[in-house]
Amino acid sequence: MVNWPLEIVRAVLLTVAVFTFMAVVGAMFGVLLERKVGGWIQSRLGPKHVGPQGLLQTVADTIKLLQKEHIEPRAADRAIFNTAPLVVAVAGLMSWVVIPFGTLGDRVLVVRDLNIGVVFFAAMASLTVVGILAGGFASNNKYALLGGLRSASQMISYELPLAMALIAVAMEAGTLSTVGIVEAQAGWFGSFAFRQFPAFVIFLIAATAEVNRVPFDLPEAESELVAGYFSEYTGMRFALFQLGEYGEMFAMAAMATTLFLGGWKGPVLPGVVWFLLKMYLIVFLLMWVRWTYPRYRLDQLLNLSWKVLLPAGLVWILITGYRVTF
Amino acid sequence: MLLVDWLYVGVFLVVGLVMAALPLAVVWALAPRLAQPQKRTTYESGVVPFGQAWAQFNVRYYLFSLVFVIFDVEVIYLYPWAIVFRQYGRYAFFVMLIFVGILLLGLVHAWRKGALEWT
Repeated sequence: MVNWPLEIVRAVLLTVAVFTFMAVVGAMFGVLLERKVGGWIQSRLGPKHVGPQGLLQTVADTIKLLQKEHIEPRAADRAIFNTAPLVVAVAGLMSWVVIPFGTLGDRVLVVRDLNIGVVFFAAMASLTVVGILAGGFASNNKYALLGGLRSASQMISYELPLAMALIAVAMEAGTLSTVGIVEAQAGWFGSFAFRQFPAFVIFLIAATAEVNRVPFDLPEAESELVAGYFSEYTGMRFALFQLGEYGEMFAMAAMATTLFLGGWKGPVLPGVVWFLLKMYLIVFLLMWVRWTYPRYRLDQLLNLSWKVLLPAGLVWILITGYRVTF
Repeated sequence: MLLVDWLYVGVFLVVGLVMAALPLAVVWALAPRLAQPQKRTTYESGVVPFGQAWAQFNVRYYLFSLVFVIFDVEVIYLYPWAIVFRQYGRYAFFVMLIFVGILLLGLVHAWRKGALEWT
């Protein structure tokens, strides 16, 4: 028998804890890290005046954004224009439901260990495209429309290799639950980054494309499309798009940690610390790539997905199936 | 699947929506509102916008989404197989080999027909 009031209280507490954790670790520290890493790579200092070493820069930026006027183009479709940022922001955060952060005693810290966790993650990751396409289309701006369309074609193309990588891991672990997958990886060389190396590579490439980051940032290519699908957005609604993107980037990094790097597992240090270390390793990798490589052309981008990653993913699934069966 | 699991997902969704909508309420209360007609024109690199953006666009986007739908349906079938195929041994593997083989043929067909070219 389920004690509903107790479950609701627990759900709310866990949710608020995860959101606070993400606001501090993800948004505040993540945005700062992005700018610092960009600074170091380009021989600059990055933000350093607000707070110690620029630690409060993001807070200052948020306060500024809160005071900015919301401008709605006359030609835009009002209802869709105003809801699109919400869809992107919430979709970017939803995948965090299934990500296990660590352990406390013998309890695993996770909002809910769904038995279809991996499928849920894939579904939520692909939800963002709805908001992006809606935002680009409702703006009634040519740049925004092109950005939205490019984003849609890119995200649906890379969703398939992403799903292939997820399926290969699920096959090896024999479960779709994220906690189960972490527990299936024992020891350093038991982590799926070794046993499922091709899936790991496919996942990282597809994840970079899914969150629209360089070298796959065509939807928001500044030099040709102004800002892509959020050209017409101002102030907080613009920030919500950014929040959704960062939320998803951290979710992808956290998922890569969970699926391939053994999640919270590690010697000596507590689980949460290991989880954060591994997650920031992936985040740093994504940032490093972003500040190093130039942008792909649209046809190269689609070729990479349809003609390289998708067949490779399918073949890898068959190889994994063969290995597990025989 | 227990209903409790979806309670957690639902609560997460509601709290997420509130968290995302809260700043919008603050903006509504704090931000200035100055009526200025030019401000609400569509941005088009500084010139007066020419027509609407809701016009025809390249059909290629549509072709790619069609191919995507086919493969996305396939992925849905792969998830359950990925979990249960251990129990059914070789039989499940060979059945899936045929299924994936047919889909790979479909991909080759689309490739040769030029549906995957962006020209």
